[in-house]
Amino acid sequence: MKAPRSTLLWTALLLISLGLLHTSWRHLVHEVPLLPGSQVEYWDIEARVELQAQGEEVEVILALPQSQPGFLLQSEHTASPGYGVNFVEEEFRRLEWSIREAEGVQWLYYRTQFQVDPKRHLPAVGQPPDVRSQSWEGPLETAAAQLLRRSWQESANNFSLAQSLTRRLSDASNENAGLLLNELSGSEALVRLLNEAEVPARILYGLRLEDGRRNQRLQPLVQVFQDEEWRLYDPVQALEEPAQNYLLWQQAAGPILEVMGGQDSQVRFSMLSSQEPASGSVHALAIGDALLNLSIHSLPLAEQAVFRTLMLLPLGALVVVALRVFVGLKTSGTFMPVLIALAFLEMSLLPGVTTFLIIVAAGLILRQLLAYLNLLLVARVAAVIVCVIGLIALMSVVSFHAGISEGMQVTLFPMIILAWTIERMSILWEEEGAKEVFVQGAGSLITAIAAFLVMDQLWVRYWLFNFPGLQLVVMAMILIVGSYTGYRLLELWRFKPLVAQEKQDQNNAG
Amino acid sequence: MLASLSKWFASPGELRRKGVLGMNERNLSCIGQYNPRRLFPLVDDKLQTKLLAEDYQLATPKLLAVLRSQIEVKNFERYLPSGKGFAIKPAKGSGGKGILVIQEARDGRYRKASGKWVSRQHLERHLSNLISGLYSLGGNPDVAIIESLIESDPTFENYTFEGVPDIRIVVYRGYPAMAMMRLSTHASDGKANLHQGAIGVGIDLATGKATNAVQFDRPVSFHPDTGQALNELEIGDWRSMLLLASRCYDMTGLGYLGADLVLDANQGALLLELNARPGLAIQLANGVGLAPRLKQLDLWSQRIKGPEQPSEDRVAAAQQLFSTELASTDICMDKVHHVE
Repeated sequence: MKAPRSTLLWTALLLISLGLLHTSWRHLVHEVPLLPGSQVEYWDIEARVELQAQGEEVEVILALPQSQPGFLLQSEHTASPGYGVNFVEEEFRRLEWSIREAEGVQWLYYRTQFQVDPKRHLPAVGQPPDVRSQSWEGPLETAAAQLLRRSWQESANNFSLAQSLTRRLSDASNENAGLLLNELSGSEALVRLLNEAEVPARILYGLRLEDGRRNQRLQPLVQVFQDEEWRLYDPVQALEEPAQNYLLWQQAAGPILEVMGGQDSQVRFSMLSSQEPASGSVHALAIGDALLNLSIHSLPLAEQAVFRTLMLLPLGALVVVALRVFVGLKTSGTFMPVLIALAFLEMSLLPGVTTFLIIVAAGLILRQLLAYLNLLLVARVAAVIVCVIGLIALMSVVSFHAGISEGMQVTLFPMIILAWTIERMSILWEEEGAKEVFVQGAGSLITAIAAFLVMDQLWVRYWLFNFPGLQLVVMAMILIVGSYTGYRLLELWRFKPLVAQEKQDQNNAG
Repeated sequence: MLASLSKWFASPGELRRKGVLGMNERNLSCIGQYNPRRLFPLVDDKLQTKLLAEDYQLATPKLLAVLRSQIEVKNFERYLPSGKGFAIKPAKGSGGKGILVIQEARDGRYRKASGKWVSRQHLERHLSNLISGLYSLGGNPDVAIIESLIESDPTFENYTFEGVPDIRIVVYRGYPAMAMMRLSTHASDGKANLHQGAIGVGIDLATGKATNAVQFDRPVSFHPDTGQALNELEIGDWRSMLLLASRCYDMTGLGYLGADLVLDANQGALLLELNARPGLAIQLANGVGLAPRLKQLDLWSQRIKGPEQPSEDRVAAAQQLFSTELASTDICMDKVHHVE
């Protein structure tokens, strides 16, 4: 009935050779480097146009980004079944989609990749716009004049003037700025103020780059010119050096999206940052040969971001299996430590462990208080979740005001893991006592940290993400570890008295 | 460095020579091979075990009532003999959670094992919580079992603190392989749970006498609360205990089984519950590894042609196979005694 051991070994061997075969295929045929090597940072950006077609011909025009200071356009392509696609390379780069007849919701995708290259200085594209003379209404005039006078005094050139104005506009306690912002948007106010000072400036739309964000909109940015150079300013955020974090979607003023024959159109952006070897052939190939290649790079960006973490999970599971089978660590819940490790990956280790310890300890105390109410399990877990959210909010506020804002961004995912951990620990406390809670809690934490340390390695992330065949090797290793029948490390300690007794007997006899 | 390491840790070779069964090997070779998953509910649900035991005419504490719904809780005493004590247990509880022992009932009030009197309302609330799943794993709705009280055999009076001592016998392919008695202590809060601090006393299969004892996995010679020397322990009617445990194999079909029994002053050996994943501490309690015994039993049952041996023969075989250790372990016990 049960398969013999040799079957297991053959299965494992088969899995390993399949995995290595696929890996060498990726390496030799697709020229994916085996080692991360020198890294170049890329931003993958995906624009999704959504519209409601009316059953007649549809034409969609989307403004396209191009190479700009700090960013080099690498590749771009579209996904839009049935549509004719036309790239128009004029002063305003744009993409034209057209179809004779379409009905219902339409999704059109445009994906592009930019290489981050801070050293490259491209000449400013396009001419500086003409400075228009401004007319202000009534009270706005004095407010604008005052703002401008102060900023003018403490600035040396166009850029420092723009910087100074930006800071004033984003200062909520500035009354003059408040007056202007009642009537105008931040970017409009900034452009009009700069024009008033004879500085050429205009509003362009761009993306604020944040790794793994989905469903983003373009933001208005103010482009300020000084001779041949230009810089970007965001009147809402007022960051000191914003240029690296913003990608301009257009190089000249104009509409981003034009739709004919459709309603309720909108465009949303997803983005993902990646570190890749400088040789860089990975991407170009991944797109053409997606199915055979089994490359995650061929998925939509939003899904790639999910998979980047997901592909690490099997390795975390292997660490848990190994620690349980070889060492005999007791953990609360078999794979809870992997989930905790994932939470650490999101928060980074030290803040993660600190948050974990504080919140679990406080949660356990709260849970004891809840126990007096005699609730059923589901209601109790729900109540604990509410308390954990409150605790996390409290911690974030306290740490923010104490000036340790970094790493305190606890997202939804770790929160539910924490709530479950607290619930399991408190059940354990009731059933087995405090000692068992510490044993299993420490076991879970050690396992989670071990899993984190393995999953956090740069080359581990690189390999598992770029060589999916390695998943088979991980699985084979799990199979082999799972068939180990020898002693666990902690059993060597546990059963020591059995051996010690024998020695004592021998000594007594001798 | 190495010396201090070997002070705390045994080497794998030493353990193998001693025949210690490890957790990994237990899971793969014993549970994985002889305990089919589908049979687990028979032992994980105490009510099923109990009903099955009655079918097979194995002695268990008398089942007085089963409460399945909240409505039955309102008039629970309808099912109970007046004045007498009883024990309430959740069918799917674990680790002794939710067990309430009532020694005596008088005038609508109930006396707990600790001597404290509680109201009828308290009992109703306990039953209601139990049925709605407060004590069952995962919070699933449960069933309350009410059984008659066990009267601890008077010979064990000095060996235990508060609780009734129980006897764990590991039954391998129907043959008793190893046995221990679990004595509750003050540290274990009156519970016979080894990792909470109860004492495990290894019992010789041939005679029912103590061979060795441990508390918290480390050797002890006297009961810490009563001062009773543990090597004087002897279980009466030992053979019927082994028989009862051995017949649990016929009843469940589980090849690697832990049978928990008690010795009742009036009824003799009773089956308390069964365990499909019995732990390995029994090796420490006996000071002997389990692996060589399992191998001996494998060889023994290979020689049996035709149908399996009946339980009487299996017990006789096990007593004969494992009696040789009697002399050596007895001496060992004395020595530990003298040293102290």
